[in-house]
Amino acid sequence: MQLQTQTRPKVISVSVLEDRIDAATAIQFKEKMRDATKDSPARVVLDLARVQFLDSSGLGAIVAVKKLLGPDRMLELSGLTPTVEKVFRLTRMDSIFTIHPSLEVAVSHAATA
Amino acid sequence: MPQPPDLEGQTTDLHIAFPANPAVIRDTLLRILAVPPLSGLSAEARGNAELVLAEVLNNVAEHAYPERAGPVSILLRRVDDGVCCQIVDRGLAMPGNRLPEGELPDRLNLALDDLPEGGFGWHLIRSLTCDLIYVRSHEENRLSFRLPDDG
Repeated sequence: MQLQTQTRPKVISVSVLEDRIDAATAIQFKEKMRDATKDSPARVVLDLARVQFLDSSGLGAIVAVKKLLGPDRMLELSGLTPTVEKVFRLTRMDSIFTIHPSLEVAVSHAATA
Repeated sequence: MPQPPDLEGQTTDLHIAFPANPAVIRDTLLRILAVPPLSGLSAEARGNAELVLAEVLNNVAEHAYPERAGPVSILLRRVDDGVCCQIVDRGLAMPGNRLPEGELPDRLNLALDDLPEGGFGWHLIRSLTCDLIYVRSHEENRLSFRLPDDG
């Protein structure tokens, strides 16, 4: 599970460099996200543009990361591919995240906020 | 190390058995999607098939065989309006011998700590399949459903 992290003054972005977050990798994803967001600023953008497949375990891990960040930090998402977007929509988890069309949009949004 | 089944020369209905181990499940799924009957579905229907089969098979690995990976078999048959699937394992029965409802919480404006981290699987399976039937008999779990091809 490879993640690429970019830190900016008020926002950190984490791009998932894998095509799947599934039952076989969900726990590892959660652990790596815990490390990547340690001492992070208030906004964390998780970019899923490379991810072609997300199952319920992967979705559970993303919700778990949101909970790990606690009430004072925000987990936002960007770059959802069609099948990943469908999983969020069907489970209504799209309503608990701010979802940006792309990482660029998410970061520029964060810069002006 | 258990090996996924060889699917070379696959042409029509597909019937295979393999150990319900997460790595084998993932590899087998990718192979199944590339051959008939699933390869003949629309891209969207194939994406749904991948998600449903992953959820069902991972449930088998996690709940039917909590101790060690046992055998699971898949039968896929092309029909006019999709692909009929039957998945059989010899593991533990579903709680109460029935399928979980897979209901989402009524309200999602929950406190952060109350957000669900699981229970999405059966909701996704129920959302993306038709004619879902579970039978427990002769110490086997037999789950059948149709994946509609409406893409």
